[in-house]
Amino acid sequence: MTPAERAKQPPAKVPRDGPKLTGPKLEEKLAETWSNPPGFIGWLASVDHKDIGRRYIITALVFLALAGALAIVMRLQLSKPDNDLVGAARYNEIFTMHGTTMMFLFAVPVMQGMQIYLTPLMIGTRSNAFPRLNAFSYWTYLAGGCLLWVAFVLNIAPDIGWFAYPPLSGPQFGVGKRPDIWAQMVTFTEIAALAAAVSLTATILKQRAPGMSLARMPIFVWATLVTSLMVIFSMPSVALASSLLLSDRLVGTHFYNPAENGDALLWQHLFWFFGHPEVYIIFLPATGFVSEIVATFSRRTIVMYPIVVMSLVATGILAFGLWVHHMFATGLPRIGYSFYTAASMSVSIPTGLQIFCWIATLWEGRPRLQVPLLYVIGFIFTFVIGGLTGVIIAAVPLDLQLHDTYFIVAHFHYVLIGGAVFPLLGAITYWYPKATGRMMSEGLGKISFWMIFLGFQLAFFPMHIAGVNGMPRRVYTYPAGMGLELPNLLSSIGSMVVALAVLLFVINMVVSLRAGRNAAPNPWNAPSLEWATPCPPPKYNFPHIPIVESRSPLWDAGEKLPVVHGLRVEDRELLLTTVMSAKPDLREPSAEPSIWPFIATLATTVMFVSSIFSPWAVVIGAVPVVIALTAWFWPKSPEPEREPVIS
Amino acid sequence: VSLQPSFIEDVSELPTHAFSYRSLTWWGIIGFMVIEGAAFALAIAAYFFLMSQEQEWAPRPWEPPGLLAGTLFTLVMLLSEIPNTMIKKAAETYDIAMVRKLLPWIVGIGLLLFVIRGFEFNSLNVLWYDNAYGSIIWALLFLHTTHVATDWGDTVVLWRLMRTPHGADPRRLVDTDENALYWRFVWLAWLPIYVLIYWVPRLFR
Repeated sequence: MTPAERAKQPPAKVPRDGPKLTGPKLEEKLAETWSNPPGFIGWLASVDHKDIGRRYIITALVFLALAGALAIVMRLQLSKPDNDLVGAARYNEIFTMHGTTMMFLFAVPVMQGMQIYLTPLMIGTRSNAFPRLNAFSYWTYLAGGCLLWVAFVLNIAPDIGWFAYPPLSGPQFGVGKRPDIWAQMVTFTEIAALAAAVSLTATILKQRAPGMSLARMPIFVWATLVTSLMVIFSMPSVALASSLLLSDRLVGTHFYNPAENGDALLWQHLFWFFGHPEVYIIFLPATGFVSEIVATFSRRTIVMYPIVVMSLVATGILAFGLWVHHMFATGLPRIGYSFYTAASMSVSIPTGLQIFCWIATLWEGRPRLQVPLLYVIGFIFTFVIGGLTGVIIAAVPLDLQLHDTYFIVAHFHYVLIGGAVFPLLGAITYWYPKATGRMMSEGLGKISFWMIFLGFQLAFFPMHIAGVNGMPRRVYTYPAGMGLELPNLLSSIGSMVVALAVLLFVINMVVSLRAGRNAAPNPWNAPSLEWATPCPPPKYNFPHIPIVESRSPLWDAGEKLPVVHGLRVEDRELLLTTVMSAKPDLREPSAEPSIWPFIATLATTVMFVSSIFSPWAVVIGAVPVVIALTAWFWPKSPEPEREPVIS
Repeated sequence: VSLQPSFIEDVSELPTHAFSYRSLTWWGIIGFMVIEGAAFALAIAAYFFLMSQEQEWAPRPWEPPGLLAGTLFTLVMLLSEIPNTMIKKAAETYDIAMVRKLLPWIVGIGLLLFVIRGFEFNSLNVLWYDNAYGSIIWALLFLHTTHVATDWGDTVVLWRLMRTPHGADPRRLVDTDENALYWRFVWLAWLPIYVLIYWVPRLFR
């Protein structure tokens, strides 16, 4: 039956899931409805959140490897004084590429990729909201990443640091097109992140399984909601900042030009109004991983769930009041110093509360020391050190001494690698069986954990010493005899250990894909809904939409999983629920696969890249974008859900 | 083996569309409004930041922008809310004929606004490359023009769509409803920008 014919059927005749249609027969029909079109075009047209999430994660890991390789080059260069492996100009490019890639192309996207993959499964729905927007988000992210790295290969990479301060990045000193490529890469990744954030927010608020009130949401989903809102409020700031920079460079405006009464500090305000929340956009999903892993491996629910959730929300709000602590060295009014010092210190309170809740959960539970939990323990240890150095540099007098030294480099690697990458590696190990149907090797996992954990301390702890001894960041070499040789050599050795360990982790991922132990549907005996489906999950996620009666539905379900029924099975249909209490509210269709998001990205890419060279590209390039978007939105056939209006 | 289902509730009688915050579309629109609203708020913050660099605003010898075109634009925008509200009401009462009749009016008003906007750019009395004051004035007006253009393009597509049989689908009426909501946001966002471009440079001379 075609959709047009089905639309004419009386509603009662439309096949729906339920007692009469369940088991293999239902699964066959659903699989057909929710599958991708065949072939390469079908692959490009996929709007399945699991495909998109997986692509996001794999692409981000490739960027991690590339930026990691650059880190190794930098550490080789700095391993001894007066080294000449890399020259000053190339070194500028390398640290810019490393920072930019890690922040914009690895850390934020990998977290959003995990969120895109897991959220619909954790809240019990078949797909996410606006799946085509989600597909567009991925392609746009990929295009932005390619722009930056193609530029690097062509020897026109940005060399202005990952935060691209004018006047260095402005028309006077940022010669050539290097800063423009940086700024336009930012535009790509911001659009991608914003699109994913809108999709995730709507998914969480409207598509939770019946009964999953806000107070029963898994903590990872709470973290996703908070970070998505933070993306929505913070990313416009960097998009605006980079657009103003491009316009200064391309059409001669003076936003950042003090000679015409612009102000270079405007850039710093706009950039850090985004840049500081961004740190929490990376960190909060990681705390979500930690909460899920701690609960599962302690075999009990998280202690003080409301405190953990309120801490997430509080951190999300406070994160918008701290940006000026990146600018203490620019000279500020006294009152500004005091306010932003107090605000910066206060953000450690909710984070501290979360850490106490995790420790209490481990204390009260019966912990199983498997690899994901090891990463959590490594995280708590490392992040506490990074958090404490953060409190140290929140104090203005110390910050003025330590600003732009290796102490800062040590601090942010402790909070970003310790605070986000450790939980991420734990989370990948934890959800690997969900995505692949196989377990990762526990033995290899433990070896790589200890190598990463110890190698990390060796690589980054000595940087505190180098910083206190006066080594500035972003220098391509240093003279002998200043007490910098030993800490730098230790850092270089440690970074090699970390690189080897990450390689081992990746080998474990690849080998386990074929040779790993087969995973049961719920191999860790976890409480949340994503484990109620087979591993890997089918295209439609759940044969019937589950009902949630507690915060740990699978632990409390007993023999049978309570479900609702009555959704169409021959068309993509979602159950929408109310925002607060998740009562069943509507059945809405979900978008079919479409090639147009991909084409829209191509058109957008042409427009953005040409606008580096001419302002008219914005006007002319908009035409294909509009055509692609119109084709994307235009309904392809009479929609099937034309049923009598029941109100 | 996954858990066996226990069937509790039948949802097949639930409606397939709803207006306002019950629909997914509304949440998507609100999401994008917040994003654009945040961008406007930050651009306004940048305006005041740059204003603090000057002794007077508009800085001499530049004259403040001429009032006529901008004020006319504001009036037309405010008046456009009348047909806009009518469309919104028609959509919510499933009055497709009325929606089809009124949409071209909104499209026409959009075209008129573009013409007036052209005169606005011409009456700013400063160019974007003259100084930072000129840059931010032009930036605000340009940002809002892209805003109007986006919604106008949206409305044109919707107008053509509603003339096809797809228009009879109640979900397309939800789209019409949300498009009208977005237009409200476009003119609401304009009001502070109007004050910043045309009045603040007069009041702080």
